[in-house]
Amino acid sequence: MLTIKDIKVSIEDKEILKGINLEVKPGEVHAIMGPNGSGKSTLANVLAGREEYEVTSGSIQYLGEDLLEMEVDERAQAGIFMAFQYPIEIPGVSTSNFLKSTVNAVRKAQGKEELNALQMLKLIREKIQMVGMNENLLKRSLNEGFSGGEKKRSEMLQMALLEPKLAILDETDSGLDIDALRIVAEAVNQLRNENRSFIIVTHYQRLLDYIVPDHVHVLYNGRIVKSGDKSLALELEEKGYDWIKEEADSVPA
Amino acid sequence: MSDSMQTLEDHTRSDYKYGFTSNFESDTFPKGLSEDVVRAISLKKNEPEWLTEWRLKAYRHWLTMKEPKWPNVKYPPIDYQDMIYYSAPKPKKLLNSLDEVDPELLETFNKLGIPLEEQKLLAGVAVDAVIDSVSVKTTYKEKLAELGIIFSSFSEAVKEHPELVRKYLGSVVPANDNYFAALNSAVFSDGSFVFIPKGVRCPMELSTYFRINERNTGQFERTLIVAEEGGHVSYLEGCTAPMRDENQLHAAVVELVTLDNATIKYSTVQNWYPGDKDGKGGIYNFVTKRGLCKGYKSKITWTQVETGSAITWKYPSCVLMGDNSVGEFYSVAVTNNYQQADTGTKMIHLGKNTRSTIISKGISAGFSDNSYRGLVKIGKKAENAHNFSQCDSLLMGDKCGAHTFPYLEVENNSAKVEHEATTSKIGEDQLFYLMQRGLSEEDAINMIVNGYCKEVFNELPMEFAVEAQKLLAISLEGSVG
Repeated sequence: MLTIKDIKVSIEDKEILKGINLEVKPGEVHAIMGPNGSGKSTLANVLAGREEYEVTSGSIQYLGEDLLEMEVDERAQAGIFMAFQYPIEIPGVSTSNFLKSTVNAVRKAQGKEELNALQMLKLIREKIQMVGMNENLLKRSLNEGFSGGEKKRSEMLQMALLEPKLAILDETDSGLDIDALRIVAEAVNQLRNENRSFIIVTHYQRLLDYIVPDHVHVLYNGRIVKSGDKSLALELEEKGYDWIKEEADSVPA
Repeated sequence: MSDSMQTLEDHTRSDYKYGFTSNFESDTFPKGLSEDVVRAISLKKNEPEWLTEWRLKAYRHWLTMKEPKWPNVKYPPIDYQDMIYYSAPKPKKLLNSLDEVDPELLETFNKLGIPLEEQKLLAGVAVDAVIDSVSVKTTYKEKLAELGIIFSSFSEAVKEHPELVRKYLGSVVPANDNYFAALNSAVFSDGSFVFIPKGVRCPMELSTYFRINERNTGQFERTLIVAEEGGHVSYLEGCTAPMRDENQLHAAVVELVTLDNATIKYSTVQNWYPGDKDGKGGIYNFVTKRGLCKGYKSKITWTQVETGSAITWKYPSCVLMGDNSVGEFYSVAVTNNYQQADTGTKMIHLGKNTRSTIISKGISAGFSDNSYRGLVKIGKKAENAHNFSQCDSLLMGDKCGAHTFPYLEVENNSAKVEHEATTSKIGEDQLFYLMQRGLSEEDAINMIVNGYCKEVFNELPMEFAVEAQKLLAISLEGSVG
């Protein structure tokens, strides 16, 4: 599904990612962990197509296509979804209007029939229950004045509605209490299937108590320095990141 | 969304959508302006002597005036002798039904998307259509007449209700008010007249479509709306104009009067030809719009969505004379390419407990310049006056300009005046977020811009709000690169 080959990424001439390789197969859940400033969010944003991030070398193949040649909206229409660490406020645009527009834009791009108002309402009602979001939020401006938890639920609602092939969660768990964390995890677990893959970027292991990953990668200083299964996450929880740093720093670059 | 998106797609395949010219024969004066021309216009319209004199007085005053130079706009000098001041489509005989209307004219309406046939069936909207200078057809008139409402062309009103016209004409915008108002007063060709009698709520939105059609013809509309005690009316004005190379002057005057407890809501969607991408051509829109809240607790609301014209110079204002009267101004002004706009409002508080609200949303794109200019004046006797102003500017790209010129004159200490202003660039973060959800860049921009303008669109009648969103999409098409 996704093949990342030796990509290097810079922001304003500062190299953040120094050669990342990653293979994600359909249905797999990969957790990307690492200390602050290791480049986790950069990786997520590069996959989503954020402009400020310059890919200086390497390649990314997504479903047989050159991902780096695709625009942000084309990537989204092709099934890439990123749940934002800090969802953006759009004043004056109601959440429901936004949801309708995006769902139909993606459906249209995928050659599916656009949903009419009634079908849309039904779909939104169904998914909103799944993420436990208050229906009143639909009438409010997108993310404006939403609490941290509400924003994250709204991201999960969007993910459920857009049915992505590859979902990237960029520190979706940051700032969430345990109940909200469960909601996020449940949404992911319900959407998990053999065709849909997830990349979960997180600093903490606690989200992985609820979403059990197939693979865990530790990013440090712009490189994946260790990969393993779910037990690696538990080890990090127990021992912290220092031993990883020491190990990585002792190996000559 | 799908509606406005469709429009955008249509637009990318065509030039200015409303750029076409009808060929119906017209009765046109030669170029130039003089006392003879003013007299001839008045004669042509069979006007009473008082009106001829009124025009002449305005003309003589205009000769002594100088074109204002203070607006933040630039344009080459206008040669007022190189313009045609009267042009009327034929036939001019009174028409009883659509069958008698020039088929080509009907076709024009069809292109504009306002077929009169359908308008007749369209509940809730009566249309007084002005093509060039003479009103051709007024619908719903009889139904309105039953309620005592007068909704007619200005010329007709001069004939049938001279006492009302004489009483209110120039009572809000005097003939010598400013350069362009004086010019209009001298040569105005036609326009609309609305009279809402005591205690009557107009049961439908009244609307007029204006259209400049004759080459080289400056258009000088005159609109007068009077609502007597407890009267209520919502008036819609929408403009489209054909594509043209040379600049065209449009200097309209609109006067509104509300007596005790009366309300007038005046909404405009202005889409005159803005000129091409290089700033060639386009309409000069120099308009004087003013409302007088004459009575106790009377109210006037101006709502405007301005997307067209090469140059806009326009300050719909409220004179709050009656105690407890209310003035409101809601505006979206969009400039793209080389358009220039200097627009805003004046709220003149004279009465006690008067309140005014100003919500202005400017959007600049391309190489355009967009200025908000607004005056809030609190008179000596205006105890407990209250104004709230919010002036926001949104910049798209880095070659355009946004300016704010707020003026404040307070002569009464009990006044409460609040002013908020913001200038923002269309957010990269917002664009990225929306595009990450599958919206194209154009759709994402439209969504952000429509959200930004929502407070103003909310004030528009439903069908106008939809049209306004379409216009916004068209106006900003290709403005982000």
